[in-house]
Amino acid sequence: MKVQIETLNRGSMMIATLHGELDHHAADNVRGTLDREIEATRTKCLLLDLRGVTFMDSSGLGVILGRYKKMQALPGEMVITSLSKSVERLFEMSGLHKIMNIYKDRETAIQALKEVAK
Amino acid sequence: MKATNSMSMTFSALSENEAFARVAVAAFVAQLNPTMEELTEIKTVVSEAVTNSIIHGYGEKYGDIYLHCKIVGDSIELVVEDHGVGIGDVEMVRQPLYTSRPELERSGMGFTIMESFVDEFDIESVVDRGTMLRLVKRIRTPQSATHHEV
Ligand SMILES: Nc1ncnc2c1ncn2[C@@H]1O[C@H](COP(=O)(O)OP(=O)(O)OP(=O)(O)O)[C@@H](O)[C@H]1O
Ligand SMILES: [Mg+2]
Repeated sequence: MKVQIETLNRGSMMIATLHGELDHHAADNVRGTLDREIEATRTKCLLLDLRGVTFMDSSGLGVILGRYKKMQALPGEMVITSLSKSVERLFEMSGLHKIMNIYKDRETAIQALKEVAK
Repeated sequence: MKATNSMSMTFSALSENEAFARVAVAAFVAQLNPTMEELTEIKTVVSEAVTNSIIHGYGEKYGDIYLHCKIVGDSIELVVEDHGVGIGDVEMVRQPLYTSRPELERSGMGFTIMESFVDEFDIESVVDRGTMLRLVKRIRTPQSATHHEV
């Protein structure tokens, strides 16, 4: 099953919402699509909304960490929002919650991203 | 004594089969009445093990993955085996954040996740012969669930 990625550009910000099962099989497509969008829009602010992610494993962590590093290198910012309980647990287990900014809901994430982008 | 219930399957080491493997195991385990959380943990460990066999065990080569499940009392025993490159230093690869493939954006968390989601976990591996993981997870069926049984 393919992960669906919806992207929305809001000013200089890009909001990408993922739906589906983020495993190794889906990872290449997610990586490719996000990187293409980041490059095409030249956005410096990426909001990754994981509300539709129904399954995730370490392959998903790898893709998300990879996009985070890419945004940092620009330099830009990336924040994540709407993690399910099990996805949140993976972030905690891997220590990624200490590296990345995670927000409960989209509006808070947008506000925070606007702040850092100033 | 009741006969042991077990299930085995062999499938190609292709990423398309990752979802199939975890869903098949989840369906088999359903008879133990796991909670949603336990089911997610089982699916995650299957996904981690199978993905490792595909990426690390076989890499660019073709091969088969052997998966065995067995119900032992209130536990599920899972064995995931590949005939791939094997692991030289088992202690080292079990360390959190260790990965031999950082260029593939691996985070080195697979074994750490597996270990924390199951009750027993061991790796047997021989270089150039393959790797076998054995995982046991106890299903802690909540008391209330038994009242609904027919
Ligand atoms: N089936 C296997 N065959 C050969 N080597 C393996 C196998 N499984 C794991 N390894 C080795 O163990 C290392 C650690 O595995 P682990 O799953 O913890 O991390 P990873 O797969 O590298 O990254 P992640 O799982 O976070 O994406 C791998 O990088 C690889 O070197
Ligand atoms: Mg792994």
